[in-house]
Amino acid sequence: MNRLTIIGLVIVVVLVIVALFAPWIAPYDVGATNLSMRYLPPSAAHWFGTDSTGRDIFSRVVFGTRISLQVGIVVVTVSAFVGTILGAIAGYYGGWVDRFVSGYVFNVFLAFPGLLLAIAMVAFLGAGLNKLILALCIIGWVGYARLIRGQVLKVREYDFVQAARALGASDSRILLVHILPNAIQPLIVQASLGMAGAVLSEASLSFLGLGVPPPAPSWGVMIEEARDLSTLQAAPHALIFPGIAIALTVLAFNFIGDGLREYLDPRQRAR
Amino acid sequence: MRTKLRYRLLGGLRRVIILLLVVWTVVSLVTLLIELVPGDPAVAVLGEQATPEQFAQFREKHGLDRPPFFFSFPEDANGERHFVWHGADNRYTDYWRALLHGDMGLSFRNDRPVISLILERYPATIELAIFAMLIAVLIAIPLGVIAGTHRGTLVDNFASVIALLGISLPSFVIGPMLVYVFAVKLRWLAPSGRFDWSDIILPAFTLGAALSAILTRMVRSSVIEELGEDYVRTARAKGLSERTVVYKHVLKNGLIPVVTILGLQLGVLLAGAIITEKIFGWPGLGLLLVEDGIGKRDYRVVQGCVLVISMTYIIANLLTDMVYRWLDPRIRVS
Repeated sequence: MNRLTIIGLVIVVVLVIVALFAPWIAPYDVGATNLSMRYLPPSAAHWFGTDSTGRDIFSRVVFGTRISLQVGIVVVTVSAFVGTILGAIAGYYGGWVDRFVSGYVFNVFLAFPGLLLAIAMVAFLGAGLNKLILALCIIGWVGYARLIRGQVLKVREYDFVQAARALGASDSRILLVHILPNAIQPLIVQASLGMAGAVLSEASLSFLGLGVPPPAPSWGVMIEEARDLSTLQAAPHALIFPGIAIALTVLAFNFIGDGLREYLDPRQRAR
Repeated sequence: MRTKLRYRLLGGLRRVIILLLVVWTVVSLVTLLIELVPGDPAVAVLGEQATPEQFAQFREKHGLDRPPFFFSFPEDANGERHFVWHGADNRYTDYWRALLHGDMGLSFRNDRPVISLILERYPATIELAIFAMLIAVLIAIPLGVIAGTHRGTLVDNFASVIALLGISLPSFVIGPMLVYVFAVKLRWLAPSGRFDWSDIILPAFTLGAALSAILTRMVRSSVIEELGEDYVRTARAKGLSERTVVYKHVLKNGLIPVVTILGLQLGVLLAGAIITEKIFGWPGLGLLLVEDGIGKRDYRVVQGCVLVISMTYIIANLLTDMVYRWLDPRIRVS
C-alpha cells in the first residue's frame, strides 16, 4: 500500500471517531447562538472561532462529520446493494433485463450529469436529508450495476464457473459463491470513490439550499452562511474550516480508492 | 468495404436511437416529476389567501386542470382510488406538442414564455463554461507538459499538489475564498455580477479549477507515455531539438485523450455552473434554475432549465464522440 492510501485511511478513522463521539468532542452546543460572541477569531476557547451568530465553529464542524458520513454510508450501501443485485442479474441471465439495464438505463443515466439530476429531483421532491439521500441513491446505483455486470460477464466464462455448473450448482450458488467474491474488489474501489462523491454531493446540494436545511451543521450549509460579504470580511475562518473538512474528507476517500485500485491492478503501479 | 460501411451505418443508427431514448426520458422526467411536487403548485405560487377563482384561473392558464398523464388514479367522494383512462388529451402530450413547436410554457410567476427567459440567460452560461475551459487548458497544458518532461522533480511535485487541491476543493469553497482574497482584501475585482469584462475572471477560474486539475494529470501521464514511444526516439535520432520533439510530436499525440475529456467535461461544467453562478450571482441558466425556478417554486422554469441543460450536455457529448472518431482513425474502424 502506498503512503497516500495510509494517510487516507488515517483521516477516515479520525472522521469516524469524531462522528461517533461528537457529543463528547464538541465543547459547545451546535445551535447555541450568542450575538455578543459573533465573529470571534480562533482561540483557546473557540478553536475554529465563531460564526455570524456566535456559534462555535469547531463544534459545528464536528457534528457536520455525522451528516456527511451518514449520507455517504447510506448512499453507498444502498446504491451498491441495489446495483450489485441488478448488475448481477443482468450480467448472469442476460435477456430482457440485461437489454433494459445495459441498453437503456446505462445509456440514459450516463448521458446527463448526476448533479443536475439530483438537483432536479430534490427541486420537485422538496429539500431535506431523506429526499437528498433518495436522490443520490437513484443516481448512484447505476455505476455499481455497470461495474458488476461487466465483472459477471467476465467471470462467468471462467473454467471454475463452468465446472461448478457441470457439478450441478444452482444459479444462485454460482452467483453468490463463485462469481460475486471475484467482483468484490473493484466494488470496494468504487464504493470508496462513491463515498467521496456522496459527501461532495451532499455538501453541494446543502450549499444550494436543496439538501439539509439550516440550522443543521452540514458543511455545505456552513459554507453558504459564511460566504456573504460581511461575514467573509469579519470572519474568513467561518469559511475556511468547513472547507478544509470537506476537502480532507473527499481527499481521504479518493486516496483510498485510488490506492486500492492501484494495489489491485498491478499494471497501474508502474506509473 | 461494403461491410465496413454497413457497420458504420448500424453504429450511427444505434447512436441515433440512444439519443432519441435519452431525449424521451429527459422530457418525460421533467414533465412527470412535477406531479411529485408535494402540495398544489397553484397554492405554492399564489399563496393560501388566494380566492378559488384565482386558483381556477391559474390552473386553467397553465393547464394544471387537465389530466396529468394517459391515465390516473383520482380519489372519488368515498376516498377510494379508481383507474381512469384519459387518452391522448393530457398534460404530458400537451408538453410534447408545445415543445416540438419550441414552446416550453409560461412562467408561473410572471407569465413570460420560459423559452425567452432561458434564451436570455443561455449566452451567459455558455460564455462562463467556455472561459472556464480556456483557463483550465491554459493552466493544464504547460503545467502538465513541464511535469511530464521533468518527472520526479520539484516542478512535478508542485504540479501534483496543485492538481490535488483542484480536485479536492469543491467550487463552493474555492469561489468564496477567491472572493475573499480578490474582492474583499485586495479589492481588485467585483465579488459578484456581470457588468464589467473582468467580472468573468473569478467565476471562470472557480468553475475551471477542477477541470484544470484533471487535465494537468492527464497531460502529464499522456506526455510520459508518449515519450517512451519509438517515434520519439526516431525524432530525437534525427537530431530534432527536445523542444520540437515535445511540442510538435509528443503533444500532438498526447492531446487526443485530452480533447475527449474536454468535450465530456463541457457538460460537467454546465452542471457545475449552477453552483458557480450562485456563488457569483452570474446571471446564467444555473441562477435562473436555482433562484427563479426552485427558489420561487416556478416549476415551468425548472422544467425548461433542466431540459435545456441536459440537452446541451447530450449534444456536447455527441459532438465530442464525433470529433474523437475523426481525430483517431483507429477507433473509426472498430
